[in-house]
Amino acid sequence: MENFFTRYKNPLALMAVLFIQVVALATQVKRPEGAKPGSTGSGTRLIRVWTVTAFTPVEKVFVSTGRFFRDGWHNYADLRGVRKQNMELQDEVARLQMEQVRLKQDADQARRLQVLLDFKEKFITKTMAAQVIAFSGTEQSRLITIDKGSNDHIKTDMAVITPDGIVGKVKDVFKLSSQVLLINDHDSGAGVILENSRLQGIVKGTPLGELQINDIMSDEKVEAGEHVITSGGDRIYPKGYSVGTVIGATPDRENDPFLVIKVKPAADLNRLEEVLVITEMADNSRSAATGPEPMRAADILSERLPSVPKVDPNAPKTPGGTQTGVPAPKSSSTPAKVNKPVSAGTEQKAASMTGSTKPPTSSTGAAATTTIPGKTGAEAKKPSSGQTQASAAVPAETTPAKPKPTPKKVKTPAIAPDSTTPAPSAAPTATPKPAVGQEKPPL
Amino acid sequence: MNSSVSLTSREEIEVHRFSWPVSIGIPILAIFLQVFLRVRFLTVLDLPLLVTIFFAVARRRPIPGMITGALIGTLQDAWTGHPIGVFGIAKTIVGYLGSSLGVKVDVDNPGSRFLMTFAFVLIHRFVYMAISLQLVGGSEAWIWSHTLLSALVNGLAAVVLFAGLDKFKLRN
Repeated sequence: MENFFTRYKNPLALMAVLFIQVVALATQVKRPEGAKPGSTGSGTRLIRVWTVTAFTPVEKVFVSTGRFFRDGWHNYADLRGVRKQNMELQDEVARLQMEQVRLKQDADQARRLQVLLDFKEKFITKTMAAQVIAFSGTEQSRLITIDKGSNDHIKTDMAVITPDGIVGKVKDVFKLSSQVLLINDHDSGAGVILENSRLQGIVKGTPLGELQINDIMSDEKVEAGEHVITSGGDRIYPKGYSVGTVIGATPDRENDPFLVIKVKPAADLNRLEEVLVITEMADNSRSAATGPEPMRAADILSERLPSVPKVDPNAPKTPGGTQTGVPAPKSSSTPAKVNKPVSAGTEQKAASMTGSTKPPTSSTGAAATTTIPGKTGAEAKKPSSGQTQASAAVPAETTPAKPKPTPKKVKTPAIAPDSTTPAPSAAPTATPKPAVGQEKPPL
Repeated sequence: MNSSVSLTSREEIEVHRFSWPVSIGIPILAIFLQVFLRVRFLTVLDLPLLVTIFFAVARRRPIPGMITGALIGTLQDAWTGHPIGVFGIAKTIVGYLGSSLGVKVDVDNPGSRFLMTFAFVLIHRFVYMAISLQLVGGSEAWIWSHTLLSALVNGLAAVVLFAGLDKFKLRN
């Protein structure tokens, strides 16, 4: 027997080492379903924690040193022509400020409409910039390591993006660093929408590091060049972020009625240096309800350009611009409604229902009116373009010519759900028809 | 006081020993470069595997060879997204085979080094695939062209790298 062990010492040692490793591997694969990897990396293998923790400071030093010299040179080089560039940028800022006014109006309107439609999507409220300090170093795994960890409140499953598009999600978190699984890893997946056709699917990585959508039927028409954005359905990536561009769609041989849609990632996943970790997302509807009050385009303009004269100085200026003669419900005939906090979004929705019961008139139907210089009274208050829908969401602004006591009307829909008046009957008529002769706000 | 790592006592074959700093530093440096240098070319090149082969072949003893492979592979696993042990097992086998081979054939010749590394890259890939598909439940795909290219690149790199690492061998 002793001779046997001596003779086959090496193969036996090999089997022993392999057995230990296989057992260790099995313990990881057979992880209990309830054992969720903790946000502080408690669910991570110890060897992984040790290795990454040991390497991270060294890599940070290397990255910082390289960045110091590179930035030093770039800063010097960038000084050339900076005066001219500064002037150009100032012009650009002025132009963008004007454009921002218009976009803000559109965004406000979109948010109000989303509240109306009960969209529950999320949008980014807080991000953290992080630097890529390492990657997996193998083609079998698409993974990067960033220099932010649990000390910076990074948690697992946080989305990681760049200005170009989504990058991946946080997989493991250590104290000083985190590992991010890229979207082109074959274990990755993200809910997406094709921007033009509005087809929804799941984009996944392939073993070769490509992006593919496999769950779209082959009878759908998908063209190369179509933009792919996140759908928000995976509850990791916020909706509407760029994922990539379709580079081709072919029938899936293995999965017959479906297509294989190849997607070129929007973010350059092979040259990542800095990324943004989305550390906080907010419910869009709630934010729309509690966010800043929408302002009229004219008010924003007058803030930014004080020289612009106000046409109607006697017009009752309400705080927030468009909080228009519709006070928050202070009391209600229905006690349940009084105790229930009513969000602004609810108010807006309720107000829209009110409007639905009565067709908009020249005095009350002109929601979020825009003052047109040179015109007075009701004529001067013309509804802006696209505000017909907004008027459904935002309570009508009372015109100075005919101030109407609207609080009573507003209260009606607020208690409608609890009252005997069936609220749904009013809902279909809540979408107002565009009025004839609407004009765009004079920006 | 002997500060080097004596890994063989067989006199009939050339014995190579390495100092402790080299035995520890070179594998760590290989892993560090592999994960730190974000060069696309390096993803085809597997520096930890080359170092495993080099030490295994030079030491010519299976047990130290496979332990070296196991340690390097496990450290490399830490940087990947898959469970720890996949690379560890693959490099353990390569380390064992490399040291067993080093006893029987001349592995100091550049041609044999190229062929040996070429073969070991294929074996490493095969073992990795087997573990990934059978044990871990992964979805790896064997792509011949890519695997052969990787073996070719690593074989050529091994000729250069091993020549450089030969300088760290301690002579009796």
